[in-house]
Amino acid sequence: MNIDHTILTIITFVPLAGAVLLALLPDKGRLMQWGALAVTLITFLCTLHLPAYFDYSAAPGTFQFEQNSAWISSPAIRYHLGVDGLSMWLIVLTGFLAPLGVLVSWNTIGDRKKLFYTLFLLQQVAMLGIFVSLDLFLYYAFWELSLVPMALLIATFGRTANRRRAAIKYFLYAFIPSAILLVGMLWLYARTGTFQFPELAQLAATHNISGNEAALWLASLSFLIAFAVKVPVFPLHGWLTDAISEAPTAAVMVLVGKLGLYSILRFSFGIFPEQSRHIAPLMIALGAIGIVYGALIALVQKDLKQLAAYGALGHVSVVVLGIFTFTIAGLDGGIYATLNEGIGAGAFFILLGILFERYGTYDMRDYGGLAAKLPWMVTLFVITTLSVIGLPMLNGFIGEFLVLTGAMQSTVTHHIGWTVLGTTGVILTASYMLWMIQRVFYGDLNENTADVPVPDVTGREHLALWPLIAVMLAMGVASPYWLRAIDTAGTYLAQDPQPVEPAASLSPTDAQPQIPAAQEATK
Amino acid sequence: MSSNVLALLPELILTLVGVFVMLTEPCLKPGSSRKPLGWLAIAGAVGSLIASWYQIQFGTIHAFSGTIQVDAFSVLFHFVIASVVLVTLLGSLDFFEGNASHAGEYFALTLFGAVGMMLMTCSVELLMVFVGLEISSISTYIMCGFRKGQATGTESSIKYFLLGSFATAFFLYGVALAFGATGSTNIYAIAHGLETTATPALAFTALALIIIGLGFKVSAAPFHVWTPDVYQGAPAPVVGLMSTAPKTAAFAVLLRITFTSFPLYQHRWAILMWVLAALSMTVGNLGALMQRDVKRMLAYSSIAHAGYLLVAFTAFPFDGIAAACFYTATYAAMNVGAFAVVTQVAGYDERARTIDDFTGLGQKRPYLAALLSFFLLSLIGIPFTGGFFGKFYVFSAAIHGGNMWLAVIGLLNSGVACFYYLRLLAAVYTRPGSESTRLNQLRRISVPAAIGIALAAVATGALGILPGGAVSFAEYASHSTLIEQGRQECAASPDSCNLQLNYDVK
Repeated sequence: MNIDHTILTIITFVPLAGAVLLALLPDKGRLMQWGALAVTLITFLCTLHLPAYFDYSAAPGTFQFEQNSAWISSPAIRYHLGVDGLSMWLIVLTGFLAPLGVLVSWNTIGDRKKLFYTLFLLQQVAMLGIFVSLDLFLYYAFWELSLVPMALLIATFGRTANRRRAAIKYFLYAFIPSAILLVGMLWLYARTGTFQFPELAQLAATHNISGNEAALWLASLSFLIAFAVKVPVFPLHGWLTDAISEAPTAAVMVLVGKLGLYSILRFSFGIFPEQSRHIAPLMIALGAIGIVYGALIALVQKDLKQLAAYGALGHVSVVVLGIFTFTIAGLDGGIYATLNEGIGAGAFFILLGILFERYGTYDMRDYGGLAAKLPWMVTLFVITTLSVIGLPMLNGFIGEFLVLTGAMQSTVTHHIGWTVLGTTGVILTASYMLWMIQRVFYGDLNENTADVPVPDVTGREHLALWPLIAVMLAMGVASPYWLRAIDTAGTYLAQDPQPVEPAASLSPTDAQPQIPAAQEATK
Repeated sequence: MSSNVLALLPELILTLVGVFVMLTEPCLKPGSSRKPLGWLAIAGAVGSLIASWYQIQFGTIHAFSGTIQVDAFSVLFHFVIASVVLVTLLGSLDFFEGNASHAGEYFALTLFGAVGMMLMTCSVELLMVFVGLEISSISTYIMCGFRKGQATGTESSIKYFLLGSFATAFFLYGVALAFGATGSTNIYAIAHGLETTATPALAFTALALIIIGLGFKVSAAPFHVWTPDVYQGAPAPVVGLMSTAPKTAAFAVLLRITFTSFPLYQHRWAILMWVLAALSMTVGNLGALMQRDVKRMLAYSSIAHAGYLLVAFTAFPFDGIAAACFYTATYAAMNVGAFAVVTQVAGYDERARTIDDFTGLGQKRPYLAALLSFFLLSLIGIPFTGGFFGKFYVFSAAIHGGNMWLAVIGLLNSGVACFYYLRLLAAVYTRPGSESTRLNQLRRISVPAAIGIALAAVATGALGILPGGAVSFAEYASHSTLIEQGRQECAASPDSCNLQLNYDVK
């Protein structure tokens, strides 16, 4: 049976079916954990269908595994799903991280397991939906939906009494720009009469969306700002540290980076190619500043989660720097680094989580000299650190190297200066990560934690971490395998848009709605 | 069946059942259960739903010398009103818990109120609208003060009565001035008279007065001041009813009067509506931010939702009427659902009033809490709920009409709105402290109430996930009013007729 045309629906809605099932089952024993694990594993296996049957020779800019059926006739909304080289590995990554998220939550979530795993699976639905939707309405629906389970996870399962504030902050930070994003989308619809991404990209490439430059600019900003907050791009990261320090490990693993970055690559670059190129100098500057700012603040943190939060800001800034260079290397590297961020930060947050489970503190001053007591833990920490700081042979290096190469090749104004600044981030990242290792695992045993009898990494935790380590190594030595698909997207996005043909922008096909005199007068 | 009977079939059913309930109530023993009367009223509501459904096959019906016009538009609003009444009655069957001495009157008044509201939506004669308005208002005035022992209830009732009568007077004054300016109170005749009127200023004043009167009924800012106090004092199921059904009816009248009677002045009243919409959204949402009482908060939220609905009035006629119809239906479904849950949690004597009182509901009543969350998420406008699609549809219409900034104001407002809905939601899912005992005496939810809440939830969900059918119904309603408008214009001045009838009846 050929399931190519339904596989994306299956991937997206298996977690939903799982969430409904878990909500109906009784919350007894470990039933919730096993149920969630089964659902996430099935989802992951389904996502593997994509790389197995991906057509690498497909024309750039086309979509595969497409499903396009009627949903609502007026306004013209279709149920349109599809993937290309940009989204394919992100979907697999999302599927891959979910079972690990269940494994690390196995014992940490003691009561209200049903609520936790239901929300966790709903979050999964929303993220997968974002990556597969090609209809702007459908995409926006998943985009908004992704806020709710995350905010509730933070509000309910947050670590300290500050959790409600953190949840509301996260929600408002993401919701308000999204509301403006909706205005942008509706404006596009009013101009073009379609919500289909491929059609909009086609219209944008031929300069047929609107002749009104100012309105196009506003619309492109409404898109970019909504996405940049979600990434987050410096200086829009106000929600980040609160949300990261409160959220449970399984939620933190998927909180940062990929949703916003994917959306910028897909929708900002796809629908507003020219505006995105015009704003690139600003964005690479913000990227470079974000790298250094994140790393410097991480350097002075005493709290491990705060350190990880600012570290994450630095890492997504690398991606921002890379993709806005509009070079093939920069875009490939940016997409690759987005995957790395998911894997490296995922492993790092899991490790922090299991450390916290044992000692009940994230304060580095309470730690010291754990290397002798926890040999497995220190091994895993060091490997993860090396991946995060970009040691060759591990995945982090490939992404960072490509990004910096691309940034040097770029033609964006002032790119050299910003690249040089961004490159110092490599050193700073190494400093705070290695210093963290030294303070937590080496030196004298700290009196606060020395006498606590704790087990080393348990079997379940090994099970959650080794897949990540294996992927780090595999992505480090066999990068061409992943880059093959990513490169199709990177090459396509790096193409410069055609110059404006004078006739095109003034053509009568420019879909201006006819405004009667009465309506005109109200404006 | 004569067309007069056919046209008013839903209203007739409700009136007869209401009178029967009223007459039976004194024959029952004092203290005996009033539930059979409630079931009778429910049967009446179902009957009127079926009757409305039956009417749709006849297309547009004119009755009572052209004062009543039953078309897809009025059927849609009949439907919404009858459904709201049904959910309210199901939710209030067990509401009286031993305070049942006046329950029979309550059921009868609900039905009479519904008759008035339905009459408003299908009248094309402003005096008939006024009669409907009075029937519905007087019933709700009484129901607000239903818990006679409580001071807040009496306050609520008197406040609503005084300000409501004042607003009705505005409406009536507007009707009188419209008659002076155009020589008629029939909405088509007014439209025709406007073309030749010697006193356009008078005509516009008439419209402004009518908008003020109806603006009060839909609690649009700045005519909203009564709303929080009245909602706080009235019993929860009554608030569920009065925050949806009479508003629905008033919006139907407003749509008919603005788009059908005064299309010539659209460039003027669209500005008024723009201002009312922006004010209502902002005042409603900012006001709700400061509330601790759940019913007061939902009162301000209903002001904000009236604002979202008014946004539809700034769009093109076809888009605007369709979007307003759709939004009315979703708003009614989610709001009546939210109040049905609040009714169950609070009980007759309102044990749980403030947001803090709802703390821990998630643990004590997981399903009730899940439903409340669903309604709140829909009120916020989270995707795959009716509230999201409704907002989407309204703002899409407004942007299509060129009102970009109103859409920006509205959507920013919906960001502010998240804050207070989420505060309630967060309380519901927070672990209760040891001192919280308010929810301890929560009784089991009865089967009819569960059915009512489930109906509202299914409607809210269906309008969000599969809005296709409802959207085509709303568009059909919009078309049918515009076509009838064109037909009437042609009848009045046949030489300037350019009517195109090209819409398929689905």
